[in-house]
Amino acid sequence: MSSSRNTHVGKGDPGSLKLIATLSFAGLLSGLIIVLAYETTLPTITAYKAKVLEEAVFKVLPGVTSMQRLVYRDRALTVNDQVQKGDEAIFSGFDASGRLVGYAIPGAGPGFQDTIRLLYGYIPEQRKISGMEILESRETPGLGDKIYKDPAFVANFESLSVDPEIRAIKKGKPKAASDIDAITGATISSKAVVRIINEANRLWLPRLEQASGPEAER
Amino acid sequence: MAKHKEDLHQEFIKGIWRDNPVFVQVLGMCPMLAVTNTAVNALAMGAATFFVLVGSSFLVSSLRLWIPRQVRISTYIIIIATFVTVTDFTLEALVPKIHKELGAFIPLIVVNCMILGRQEAFASRNSVRLAVMDALGMAAGFLFALLSLGTVREILGEGKLFGFSLFGPDFEPWVIMILPPGGFLTLGLLLLFFSWVKERKQRLEQRLTQLESEAQ
Amino acid sequence: MKPKETRLQLQAAPLLKQNMTTGQTMRDVLLALLPATLAGLWYFGLGALLVLLCSIAGAMLTEWIFSPADSRFERLSDYTALLTGLLLGLTLPPALPLWMAFIGGAAAIGLGKLIWGGMGQNLFNPALVGRAFLLATFPIAMTTWSPQTGPADFFQISASNLAAPFMQAAYDGVSAATPLGLMKFEQQSTALWALVSGNTSGCIGETSGLLLLLGGLYLLLRRDLDWRIPAGILGSAALFSAVLYILDPIKFPGPLFSIFSGGLLLGAIYMATDPVTSPLTPRGAWIFAVGIGLLVILIRIYGGFPEGVMYAILLMNAATPLIDRYTQPRVFGKGIKNQ
Repeated sequence: MSSSRNTHVGKGDPGSLKLIATLSFAGLLSGLIIVLAYETTLPTITAYKAKVLEEAVFKVLPGVTSMQRLVYRDRALTVNDQVQKGDEAIFSGFDASGRLVGYAIPGAGPGFQDTIRLLYGYIPEQRKISGMEILESRETPGLGDKIYKDPAFVANFESLSVDPEIRAIKKGKPKAASDIDAITGATISSKAVVRIINEANRLWLPRLEQASGPEAER
Repeated sequence: MAKHKEDLHQEFIKGIWRDNPVFVQVLGMCPMLAVTNTAVNALAMGAATFFVLVGSSFLVSSLRLWIPRQVRISTYIIIIATFVTVTDFTLEALVPKIHKELGAFIPLIVVNCMILGRQEAFASRNSVRLAVMDALGMAAGFLFALLSLGTVREILGEGKLFGFSLFGPDFEPWVIMILPPGGFLTLGLLLLFFSWVKERKQRLEQRLTQLESEAQ
Repeated sequence: MKPKETRLQLQAAPLLKQNMTTGQTMRDVLLALLPATLAGLWYFGLGALLVLLCSIAGAMLTEWIFSPADSRFERLSDYTALLTGLLLGLTLPPALPLWMAFIGGAAAIGLGKLIWGGMGQNLFNPALVGRAFLLATFPIAMTTWSPQTGPADFFQISASNLAAPFMQAAYDGVSAATPLGLMKFEQQSTALWALVSGNTSGCIGETSGLLLLLGGLYLLLRRDLDWRIPAGILGSAALFSAVLYILDPIKFPGPLFSIFSGGLLLGAIYMATDPVTSPLTPRGAWIFAVGIGLLVILIRIYGGFPEGVMYAILLMNAATPLIDRYTQPRVFGKGIKNQ
């Protein structure tokens, strides 16, 4: 059946023009269908993604009812809804009266299995973290996935001081205001979450302080 | 006419049992192992593959007289890839959570050798009716295999079936079952089980014919 | 068999037979394990005994079910399933739910031995396959260590032992880290005498270094094991950890701690020496043993787990066919280059 061996023996040997024409036609048609499917589904997909992000922001910043996307560029934070590659973006959350409550800061870093992506709320006035939500992780089911499945672990981040630095400590040991309970059996995943937040803090807290001038106000 | 009908029936049935793409042909192992950690994921993957396989078989069989042999594989791949991409977008819009869990494995249906194999071995040289029946059978067989794997893994791995808890909150999950090794283990044991059933059946039939010839 | 009047006996080689049979060797190993097993029961009480029994029952029942009907007694009577079950049981935490021990025994024989074609065909040590399966399946139960109860509370069974099948275990609350866990996560060392006598928490059969060595000595005198394997493992592990210890005595444990902590002695004497899964040639045995010793220390210090004996042995098991292939002795008269 091998075609390459039989090509010159075949009776109706099609010229290369026909081959090219067939493939081009197939490609053209395929492209058309794909574009059609893409255009039809795009609004739903974008809306869902925005909803997921908004829910996450509202979750990590309690009391927030509206948000803005801020991009850090040229040592300043500016409101910018246009998503661009390489953007360093955070989200500011406002309560019903339009007052700035805090910022939702995304972070990412290596976990036990794969990159963990998370979002956490930060309230500058109190220098406290107000909540943490894991957006993406492939941690071990039953152990590492407790970083988002275990409510007790997630509750650790619901009013957590950022000074001097967050640490994951074994359960039952004395703790400072900036310490959390590590998950038994998943120390590496717990410490990964803490490390990601600490790194994001080191990056963003100075920027927020420096930019807390008029641009960050609404 | 009666014979023709039987043929159609035969083409459908063979994919489910005798030539099952997974348990007999051992094709399409990548999605088989990767996304069967829960029954729902297995079902979604099976449904996506079902759509792609039946659609491509239909198109390939209808166009088989117009596709030059020299470029047939590339044409099949274009057809399959189109269906896969459409499925990918549709799933992302309709069931975003499942789409996220299946991740890269939806686009990877393109390289599922079971699908290309059916085009090359069957759809490209049979009538549309036969090709569609064959595709339906093979896709159903693949779905059946995915579901059996997903069911076993979800029951043992999480104590649930289609997300419903079966044993209450105190169930101790078998973590290995949701991890890749659990996929390999379950697949191996299922292959073992099905070939055991097959062998047993064959031996019984042999005994039966032997007894019959002795009785005569 | 042979007619009485025949004077001339015809027999195929081998003509000289040793007394060593599979059953005899297995009995020796069981006997050698007895002191360490009793010590484990002394330290951990009735619960540990039940864990051992369940693991043995799982192993023997699986062997029974999947053997052809006419050779069941024969297969069970060579003690291999019993030994596999016991070895697995000795590597389990004493407070493990009994149903998990049973499943472990079944997995050890089913996945570790029968699937490969039965005795002598398996690539990996069956007991360790069972343990690896359990560790991957029930990671929390397999790494929760209970403190020693001692002989006074012999009849006190931990609540987690009695968890209903397929249900989670309720732990009594007090858990104790193993010496290796203490070393890895808290940089805390354990007194050497406690390690040698077995007065620490850990798996049922691994705590008492002294009694494990005693059993090893017995096996050595009975010539049931290849001395190169334990010698190579312990030697290379000691050497490697000594080098690290000299580089940084605070961060790394010393060689004696490395040898007597965790399951190294149990693994080196009773598991790595399994004749089926270790190389046949003396040179191969050395390579195999040194490989295990280095891997154990590497995993303990740089890996995610505090203990690495199981994975080290399984990895080198996988390399055994390759080692055998490259260490084959030269056939007489062949393969030498002239000049």
